[in-house]
Order: sequence, then structure tokens, then C-alpha cells
Amino acid sequence: MLASTGIKLVGGMKDEKREAGQRKVLQRIRQRGTPLVRALHAFVKRDTPDEDSGQRPTARGDIDSLPAVYLAAAVLDPLYIFDAGGSILYSNEAADLAFGPVTKNVSLRLKFRAPEMHELVSRVISGEEESTAINYAERVPVERAYRVVASRIGNDTGLYVLMFKDQSEARRIDRMRADFIANASHELRTPLASVAGFIETLRGPARDDPAARDNFLQIMQNQTQRMARLIDDLLSLSRLEMKPYQKPNVQIDVVALVKGVIESMRHIASENGVDIVSELGDTPLLVAGHSDELVQVFENLLENACKYGSSGERIIVSADQASPMDEVRVTVRDFGPGIPEEHIPRITERFYRVDVETSRTQKGTGLGLSIVKHILTRHDARLSVKSGSGQGAAFMVHFPPVPPSASVGERT
Amino acid sequence: MQNQHTMRSFDDELNYLSDQIAAMGGYAERMVAESVAALVQSDSGLARKVVEDDAFLDAKEREIGERAVIIIGKRQPVADDLREIVGAIRISSDLERIGDLGKNIAKRVVAVTEGKQPVRLFRGLEALAGLALTQLKEVLDVYASRSVERIGFVRDRDEEIDAMYTSLFRELLTYMMEDPRNITACTHLLFCAKNIERIGDHATNIAETVHHIVTGRQLPLERPKEDQSHSVIAEPEA
Repeated sequence: MLASTGIKLVGGMKDEKREAGQRKVLQRIRQRGTPLVRALHAFVKRDTPDEDSGQRPTARGDIDSLPAVYLAAAVLDPLYIFDAGGSILYSNEAADLAFGPVTKNVSLRLKFRAPEMHELVSRVISGEEESTAINYAERVPVERAYRVVASRIGNDTGLYVLMFKDQSEARRIDRMRADFIANASHELRTPLASVAGFIETLRGPARDDPAARDNFLQIMQNQTQRMARLIDDLLSLSRLEMKPYQKPNVQIDVVALVKGVIESMRHIASENGVDIVSELGDTPLLVAGHSDELVQVFENLLENACKYGSSGERIIVSADQASPMDEVRVTVRDFGPGIPEEHIPRITERFYRVDVETSRTQKGTGLGLSIVKHILTRHDARLSVKSGSGQGAAFMVHFPPVPPSASVGERT
Repeated sequence: MQNQHTMRSFDDELNYLSDQIAAMGGYAERMVAESVAALVQSDSGLARKVVEDDAFLDAKEREIGERAVIIIGKRQPVADDLREIVGAIRISSDLERIGDLGKNIAKRVVAVTEGKQPVRLFRGLEALAGLALTQLKEVLDVYASRSVERIGFVRDRDEEIDAMYTSLFRELLTYMMEDPRNITACTHLLFCAKNIERIGDHATNIAETVHHIVTGRQLPLERPKEDQSHSVIAEPEA
């Protein structure tokens, strides 16, 4: 049933031809008054949407009395229903996940401030167009792109619907391709040039020098390993960027997670002559997150601490939360040489290195903290760094508090 | 969002005000993003568009100011309604300033991109703009949702922006010392960076205004803001 009504509108939208076809479908829906429209009519007639549950039982299999909200909730793309004043009356679950929960009756124009969005909403409310679509992009915190359709519902309901079709993926693939070529070609050229140089030497002047040959082959092996690591890191960053953005809605205990990571990092720590001290305590601290991605975050932070802070011989890992309303903080502290102040704001940029020489000897790729930052941004979390020359470094991950229930703005 | 007034039209007037703020916010966000994009991609057409967009913000700020005065005169609002209206005036002037700063960046596009500039000059600026934009989006989201518990984080971010700005200042100085031919572009970029840093400050102002509108209390004054660029000096080469 969904396929034959307006719901399909939010699919595809690739070319104009298809769009025109969909507009025709929409018109037909309006003329005949399909169940969706009738259901939306029913939705309007209710005075207070809250009383919906249980008030009017839907007869089994009776399409005519199917409430529109049930239908809207079943749509997997973000969808809002608003009135002629531009107030949001309903948002489905996909919308709340993508754009955060809304308080009822909040203005749609406040929620989506982009000028093109305002124009879209005004055009459809003024009746200038019955149904119209635009491309809409959000740049921060994560780049997302949508095809947005606004349509009037029925002829006299005074209600309008706004539907989003996620097109970030195509955009991201384009972007990724460009980035990958730019970064990879630049970063791979150095080791490649050195391997090529050694091959030339081995075939020429060093042809009959076994000692030099061994030495050169060792260097070549190191360089190829470096390239392999670089490609691994680039791929993992690209994979992260490829994944559709969705706010994590699973709660996990970050204390247990970090403890697990510490155990798995013990061997790297002992190789570097560092002792990882856990001051995590036993109280679970809940955050919303994907555990695989968060494991990657703390692995990267601990690995960095082991590699670059090894002269301090110990790493302290702690976690705290002042009150349930405050952010959850996990700190990885080392006692190494520290990071000079002027570099701190920049260290999460791709291929930014504080000290190129140290980074190379420690087999760094210049991407570790980029990956960390990327994952944290997806979690609505952030990274802060406290350090100075000779003072060691503290990397702090701040997670937003897990709301006990959806927060509702109240006026005093 | 609001308690209902007996006068339905009063609600409409207040909603109209906040919708206009939202429209201004949308323009300001777009101007900042597009001005930096124009700079990085040396797109003078986009830069011109940004400069033209600024007229919208100027006009809206005036309109909001006039409307607000009319509402105050006509309705004699008290408590939260009064804060809402006065807050709208303040926020609109901050947004108008943000638009000016965006316009200023756009105006420099031609000068900066006259010669072909290496990408590394822009990387830091892009990152700084990303921080400022995130902050601006967050405060405007808080204004929309009235969830003031997020405001503390907004203020924290201002520190990040200041630190980033100081670092960028240092970096641009280094480029100028490396090669005098960089001086023209880098000087313009320094001003662009300063403008972006100022955008962060205006966003923080808006955060404070929103906090006042919603809670009726001012945020504590101890705002740990200060960029360190005034003490950065170019070290002579050894």
C-alpha cells in the first residue's frame, strides 16, 4: 500500500522525468483521496494529538480508519508534518534520529534555518506550489546532503508534509575519491621514491656489496610496510566517512569498554617499556555509542601514549562524571615530552605531525587522531588535549550526558 | 514552545520574531560557510554572492528592531515575554555582525587568490571555520530547542577557537618569514582568521543571550576568553 501512495515520493528522485511522474501520482492521490490522505484528515480532526492512543481503536484490516501517524511512523526517511503557521505537529522516529528530537509546536523555520529551506516552506504554505523539492546540505558537525520535498496534504487539511531523502552517500563518495587521491598520492610518493632509489642503487653501484644490500633491503621493507599501514589507515578513515551518519542510540558502559582496550594494549605498552595504570574505578558510566568505533578511539589514544609518551614510563587512564547531568570524561594521561602548545589545536588534522622525525620512527601515519576525531564527532562527543613541553599530555574524551528522557525546553 | 497568551495575536507576533531570527541565522551560517569555501576554491562568483547576501541581514536586523519596539509599545510585555523580545534584538545585532564578518572574508577572496596559493595556507583556516560554524549552529539550535543545558559546552568551544587562532597566527607568520612573496596572501588570511575568531565571540554572545531568555539569569561572568596571538612574535632564524 505504501508503494502506491505518496510515500514513494521520497524514494529515488534521480531525474526530472521521475519527479514529474511522482507529481502525477501525488495529484491522483489528492483527487481520489487515498487512505493516506483520509488518515491525515482524521489526524487533523483530532484536537489534541496526544490523546490518540487508545481513543479510537482501529478496526482490524480497516484501511479507512488507519491513523496517519501510524503510517508516518512507518516511513524510514525523516518526515515532518506542519501547519500553515509553520509549527511542527509531528516528527517521525527517523527525523528525531537524524535531526534531534523536537518539542511540539516548535517552528519549522527555527529548526531548519537555511534560506532555501525557508523559501521552500513559504512557497508551499502560500499555495504557490502544491509540491516542491530542493537540495539541502548540512556542513557541520558531519556533512550531510538531502533531497527535501514539501507537499500540501489533501485540499483542505491545512497540513503540509516535509520529507527528507538522504543523499549524503553519493556526495561522500565523490568527496572521498578526491580526498583519497590528493592525500594518498602525496603521502605515498615519499616512501615510493625511496624504494625506487634503493632499487636503482642495488642494480647499479651496490650490485656486489652484500652488506649494503642487506641494509638497503631492510630500509625498503620498512618503507613498504609504511605504505601498507598508510593505506590501512586511509581505508579505515574512508570507511568511517562512508557509513551513513546516525546518532548512536545504544547505551554502553564506557568504563568496561576502556578496561577491555587496556588489556588488549598491554603487549604494546610493555614493548615500549610503559606501564598502563587504570584508575577507572568500578562504577559504570553510560554513554551513547557504537562499541566497535569507541574501541578504535581508545586504542588509538593508548597507542599514541605508549609510543610518544614512553619516556614517562607510565600512563594513567581515568574516567569521571560529576553528576548525571554532566558530561562523561575519559582521560588518557602520559608523562612523556608533551606537545608544544602551538601544535595542540592542529593535531587532529590529517597528516599534521608535531615532529615528522619522531612520527616516522614510531611508524605513525599521521591519521590516528583524525580517525579519533571523526568517530567522536559522529558520537556528538569531542576530544580535548592538555599539554605543554615537558609536561606530558592528557587526552580527554568528553561524551554528552545520556538524557534520562527527551529534554523538553521549559519557559520560566 | 510557549505558554499560550490570551491574545492569540501576541503569540503570533512573538513567533514571527523568532522565525525572523531563524531566517537571519540561516543566512549568517550560509555566508560564513560560503565565504570560506570561496576563499579555498578561489571562487570570486561565490564571493560576490556572499557580499550581496549581507543586505538581507542588514534589512532584517532593522525590521526586527522596529517590530520589537512596536510590540513592546503595544503589549507592554513583562518577564519572559520581555526577555524574549529584548533577546531577539540582541541576537539579531550579533547575527548582523557575523554577516559583516563573512562579507569581509568574501571581499578578500580576489586579493588572496590573485596568485596561485598552496593548499597548506588554507588548511588551518578551514579547520578554524569549521569550529566557528559548529559553534554558531549549536547556539542557534539551542535558541530553537531552548535546551540551555548545552550552553556550557558552547562556551567551552570558544576556548578551542581561540587556541586554534593563536596557532594559525603563528603558522602564517612562519610562511611569511619563509618567503616574502607569501606576505600579501598571508596578511589577508590573518584578517580572515581574525574575522572567524570574532564570529566565535558573537556566537558566545548569542549563547549568553539565549541563556538569559530561557532562565532569566545571566551566565556567570568568568568567561575564560583570550586568544594569545598578541604575545606571538616571529623568532629570528638561528
